[in-house]
Amino acid sequence: MNFTVDRRRLLRTAALTGSSVALAPLFPAWAQSGTSGLVRALPEVSGEDIRLRIAHQMITIDGRASHAIGINGTVPGPLIRLKEGQNVRLYVENTLDEDSSIHWHGLILPFHMDGVPGISYPGIKPRSTFTYEFPILQAGTYWYHSHSGLQEQMGHYGPIVIDPAGTDPVQADREHVIVLSDYSPLHPHTILKKLKQMGGYFNFQKQTLADQLRGQNQSAGERAEWGAMRMDPTDIADVTGSTYTYLVNGHGPKDNWTALFAPGEKVRLRFVNASAMTTFNVRIPGLKITIVQADGLPVRPVTIDEFQIAVAETYDAIIEPADDRAYALVAESVDRSGMAVATFAPRVGMVAEVPSIRKRPLADMKDMGMGDMGGAMAGMDHGAPDACTPEHAAMGHCAPAAPMDHGAMDHATMDHGAAPMDHSMRDFSVVPDTVKKTPTVQTISPMPVDRTGEPGQGLDTVGHDVLVYRDLVAVDRNPDVRAPSRELELHLTGNMERYMWAFDGEKFSEVKDPIPFIEGERVRVKLVNDTMMAHPIHLHGHFFELVTGHGDHAPRKHTVNVQPGGTATFDFTADALGDWAFHCHMLYHMHAGMMQTVTVRPRGEQA
Amino acid sequence: MIRFALTAMLLAAGAAPALAQHEHHADPDPAPAMQCTPEHATMGHCAIPPEEAPADPACPPEHAAMGHCTPSPAGPVDPQASGTALPAGDAPPPPAPRANYADRIWGSEAMAPVRDALRREHGGASFSQIMIDIAELQVRQGREGYRWEGEGWFGGDINRLVIKTEGEGSFGEAIEDAEVQALYSRAIGPYFNLQGGVRQDIEPASRTYAAFGVEGLAPYWFEVEAHGFVSTGGDVLARLAASYDQRITQRLILQPRAEFNFAAQDVRASGIGSGLSDAEFDLRLRYEIVREFAPYIGISHSAKLGRTADFARAAGEDPTGTSFMVGVRAWF
Repeated sequence: MNFTVDRRRLLRTAALTGSSVALAPLFPAWAQSGTSGLVRALPEVSGEDIRLRIAHQMITIDGRASHAIGINGTVPGPLIRLKEGQNVRLYVENTLDEDSSIHWHGLILPFHMDGVPGISYPGIKPRSTFTYEFPILQAGTYWYHSHSGLQEQMGHYGPIVIDPAGTDPVQADREHVIVLSDYSPLHPHTILKKLKQMGGYFNFQKQTLADQLRGQNQSAGERAEWGAMRMDPTDIADVTGSTYTYLVNGHGPKDNWTALFAPGEKVRLRFVNASAMTTFNVRIPGLKITIVQADGLPVRPVTIDEFQIAVAETYDAIIEPADDRAYALVAESVDRSGMAVATFAPRVGMVAEVPSIRKRPLADMKDMGMGDMGGAMAGMDHGAPDACTPEHAAMGHCAPAAPMDHGAMDHATMDHGAAPMDHSMRDFSVVPDTVKKTPTVQTISPMPVDRTGEPGQGLDTVGHDVLVYRDLVAVDRNPDVRAPSRELELHLTGNMERYMWAFDGEKFSEVKDPIPFIEGERVRVKLVNDTMMAHPIHLHGHFFELVTGHGDHAPRKHTVNVQPGGTATFDFTADALGDWAFHCHMLYHMHAGMMQTVTVRPRGEQA
Repeated sequence: MIRFALTAMLLAAGAAPALAQHEHHADPDPAPAMQCTPEHATMGHCAIPPEEAPADPACPPEHAAMGHCTPSPAGPVDPQASGTALPAGDAPPPPAPRANYADRIWGSEAMAPVRDALRREHGGASFSQIMIDIAELQVRQGREGYRWEGEGWFGGDINRLVIKTEGEGSFGEAIEDAEVQALYSRAIGPYFNLQGGVRQDIEPASRTYAAFGVEGLAPYWFEVEAHGFVSTGGDVLARLAASYDQRITQRLILQPRAEFNFAAQDVRASGIGSGLSDAEFDLRLRYEIVREFAPYIGISHSAKLGRTADFARAAGEDPTGTSFMVGVRAWF
């Protein structure tokens, strides 16, 4: 792919021709957009000294006024635009009556500037200002958000764009930042309380007698089988469209936030999922989407029709709308209880046809960690040429499994193949003894398989190309290509009935020790999801290389979504001294206990 | 296998590096390891050699260059493998220090309270729920009565205080039955709670019992509970109950419910005879206007059995009864 059009020259030409795009240079790139009714330019801040003010405010979504916590008067907060190689001082004023904080999600910085109260610093006290100062060592699309209480759910987040020191590897004629998020009129503490009182409180897409009589969803036999295990296949999202309005840059579907383009342009979209709880499936019917960066770092271009973006992930994409017409940007919640909608159009005021919401998926046996024998066998056979032929690999249908996966899977599968297909859903003999036998562990995946080659729940049958993690290949060779000196297996555990979530069965409130690493150590971390829900796991202060069969061109990410009942593995170099947060980025999962401290200490030091 | 080796190494303490080295040489193809062991690489003394032209027949170099595939390593250690294609070693993890690195920058006085609060907040919070399961008017054979049943819990995920109350009566008469329980409840598994505490009967006779039992969610989504009671007078009673929510639509729910009471001896003052003393089957159809508020209609059939029925007949009462109910289920 070749993006060599000179952006300035093109914009100048547009200005001379007097088209609507002529206005473009008058606005910052992030504000080159509008809505049919309310054109609100979202602010941008840049330079070496940046002031941010956290405050209560009112916002208007789909015409309804609601309370929020914003930054500099907007939700999302202002776009922070920086340049690789600069230094930045961020003066963050907390006008709230409670502690607050800002975490710079995905930025490589000294640990005490990472912004997690209780791990990296004491936080920002009420009515005080904290100054962050750090060098900008990277480029790409990132974001920032509160790490205090549940403020993030109330609007305390915003995007960060860092332009590279040299030429941007992604050339485009214009760009739009697309911040996806979820907003509820309920106070986040109320949401958490409801979940504790009734895990399925927000799920209004459960199976019923009525749909059974209509022959929909599971058969009677399956319902009985799942009932015997006390598992609900409709449990796809904890907090749903029953309370959430899904937002694009702070605007609801009825606001029709509109991003402009001129037909024939290459448009760069910088997607950020700043949701508290929502995994989005994103598509623009009528347009191909070419993914060029993942979590801020360049990947080889992959052209697809739809991609899933987990909470806290970012993707940069290129679209090339050729026609003088409007296109709908549709971001469906993974449980299809609602969607965020925006418009791409040559002019403000246009509306594209929005496809109706698709049927919500049902969790299957694989989501319960039963793998599937076919998949498991294919994984085991990866040495044989016919398991993943070059043709198949080229089409992105498969990728040779990584060697450690092979070993681990082999072992697990054989153990269970030998047993008379018992599939107990809580068999502690299949997990390391680091997994504690607590009420937090409702189920254990008996036969988890690596699911990084799968597109996510509900996307396997959509009939078009969907991004999978295995499609991602780093443009640059990984900076550290040593073999990991050891492997660490962590289990993602939970209990939907009691709404408890934890790593290895121990909530953060219960764990005694951090997860230790030695500075410079390279470690393979295997995440095993023992729950029926996806978990976007975020490691602060580091990028990790996903083990997805791409050797030393592994995609580097800060957040990895571990599919239900599946595994995901990454290698990382513990090169950032200090204590760092490590957690599920589903806000209420984290708050319920799925969090840990990772510590990186100099060799030989025992603190 | 790896875990076993790890344990062995931990035991070998000081000899660990030597052992790791030894293990590595046992590999079938130690070629790259000899040039650059993981231990050395970890220390930054060297790096595993970078990728060369892959030798994987399934992924020829031309394809790999185009990014269509990645050559898979032929065995556990492929001389051409690099980065994430390499197998992990089995070095032991370092011991865990305390998570207080930030104290060096901000001081422990500033960090300690925030650190404690962070831990408490993430998994240690307390919640509560007040559930009025039954609040209804009953019509049975010309008489109109009422009934209530509710419970509240307060506490964390594992330990809770549970308060229960239930009772019934007829309009224009004294309350027939009323009891209150205060129980300590502890989660003993993903679905069940063990409970123990006190039950106080107010009507028909004031009586105090020690109460203990289990309750939780059984397979097939049955809510079940089993409690035993020992009165201060030494009487032993037991109660079993089960219910099931059959969703007809997302908001219309049919709830069958059964309750059985047992006694180990006659309790004349309460009109209870030994054995299975009574059984009750209810059917309530509720409509959840919101989750927290659901009006319902229902039908209930109850029967006093065995000696309890005899006592009832002797007192001139009908031991069986069917009633129709209208009520509301509410919680907050």
